[in-house]
Amino acid sequence: MNMSDAENVLVRIRVNGELREATVEARTLLVEFLREHLNLTGTHIGCDTTYCGACTVILNGRTVKTCTMFAPMADGGEITTVEGLSKNGELHPIQEAFAECHGLQCGFCTPGLLLSTMHLLQKTRKPTDKQIRKAIAGNTCRCTGYQNVFKAIRAAATRMEKP
Amino acid sequence: MEFIVYAAPFSYHRVASVQEAIKLLQELGEEARVIAGGQSLIPLMKMRMARPSALVDINFITGLREIKRQNGELRFGALARHADIENSEVAAAIPIVHDCAAGIADVQVRNQGTIGGSLAEADPSGDWGTALLTLETSLRCMGPKGERTVALEDFIKDAYTTVLAHDELVTEVIAKMPPKGSGGAHLAFKRSAPVYPTLSVAAHLTLEGKDTCKDARIALGCVGLTALRAKEAEAALRGKTLNEKTVRAAAEAARETAEPQSDMRGSAEYKRVLLAAMVKRAIGVAARRAHGERVEAEHEYVGR
Repeated sequence: MNMSDAENVLVRIRVNGELREATVEARTLLVEFLREHLNLTGTHIGCDTTYCGACTVILNGRTVKTCTMFAPMADGGEITTVEGLSKNGELHPIQEAFAECHGLQCGFCTPGLLLSTMHLLQKTRKPTDKQIRKAIAGNTCRCTGYQNVFKAIRAAATRMEKP
Repeated sequence: MEFIVYAAPFSYHRVASVQEAIKLLQELGEEARVIAGGQSLIPLMKMRMARPSALVDINFITGLREIKRQNGELRFGALARHADIENSEVAAAIPIVHDCAAGIADVQVRNQGTIGGSLAEADPSGDWGTALLTLETSLRCMGPKGERTVALEDFIKDAYTTVLAHDELVTEVIAKMPPKGSGGAHLAFKRSAPVYPTLSVAAHLTLEGKDTCKDARIALGCVGLTALRAKEAEAALRGKTLNEKTVRAAAEAARETAEPQSDMRGSAEYKRVLLAAMVKRAIGVAARRAHGERVEAEHEYVGR
């Protein structure tokens, strides 16, 4: 890395299929990199303490909390944010399921929940209730009481199974 | 621009090999720190409880993430993520290793946090110390003078303090397979998934015949400056028949070993009561597993 020794680091990440880069202070959190430097404000900052999961994205195939990662640590990686879920103006089946089942109210936690659901369904096509509970244990929702989130995840699993 | 919590400024250094990391750590001096998954270090830096002048990022070193079984040992590369261990069939050969990994925080943290980093951080509420103290565990450490292997008991000195020199790092965690007739349990009690446990208990028993306890190892987490071996509790079981009386004696002894602090997770008194119950439960699960029974045992929290 040619910028090593510096407090400012060039970070290149493929975000939602597009190569993006910016030179940032090393202490820049990944969530801030996405929001402030790439203008992708769909990834939310909730607690900023590794608890709530509103800042969840998929990095190299796995969910991470972007408030607990410095941007340079993700250099060279591939990220999916909530902005990358819909294609050509069509909602992703997971988004459709959340809308239909009222799996959200205020919507603040929703980007994180959508990506945790995506991560679950990529690994487990027919998750059990227990697997669903475990998959979203790191995503806090203060509105729904989770029941409709559950329904949405089950519905999303069914939708994604269909060819 | 919204409010966000920043770490103090630091210089960032990415390395491709352990040797390179050691060299850089020597050059950068004592204020430099190694960063692996960052799930303990980054929150500490954001709270400014840690202010390293430089971070040496070892995540890009290849070959430090393997999980393998050989010569009666499970060997974990220091960068093996908790999720790698949770999902590893190899690691499942020791059930408490799987149970510990699968219960740490939540999916996102398990995807990022590492076994080597967790042990090197030596957070008194960390999960691995408790689980691995019930096994014969050692850590391979590499520094400028070469390599050394340190038993886990000797590795953690105090809260957030290990025997590692500032220019030394953990490369591998090695746990010996327990003998035949053994069974273990790692139980942790927490209010919700992402938080540190209120307390945790790990037990490993080796049984002979129906219920004679040939050997016992019990460790307690979050109730001291480090994970603690409950040696009096072990002595209360060793050579005895497992029954209500001996198990109660072990739980009482563990209560005495514990040094819980009153905090937001509960009063010291509450924690002692909880601890005794968890020790009994852990011994029960360990004994059933030692008899070959399949028992699910995991971190306990509301909504699981």
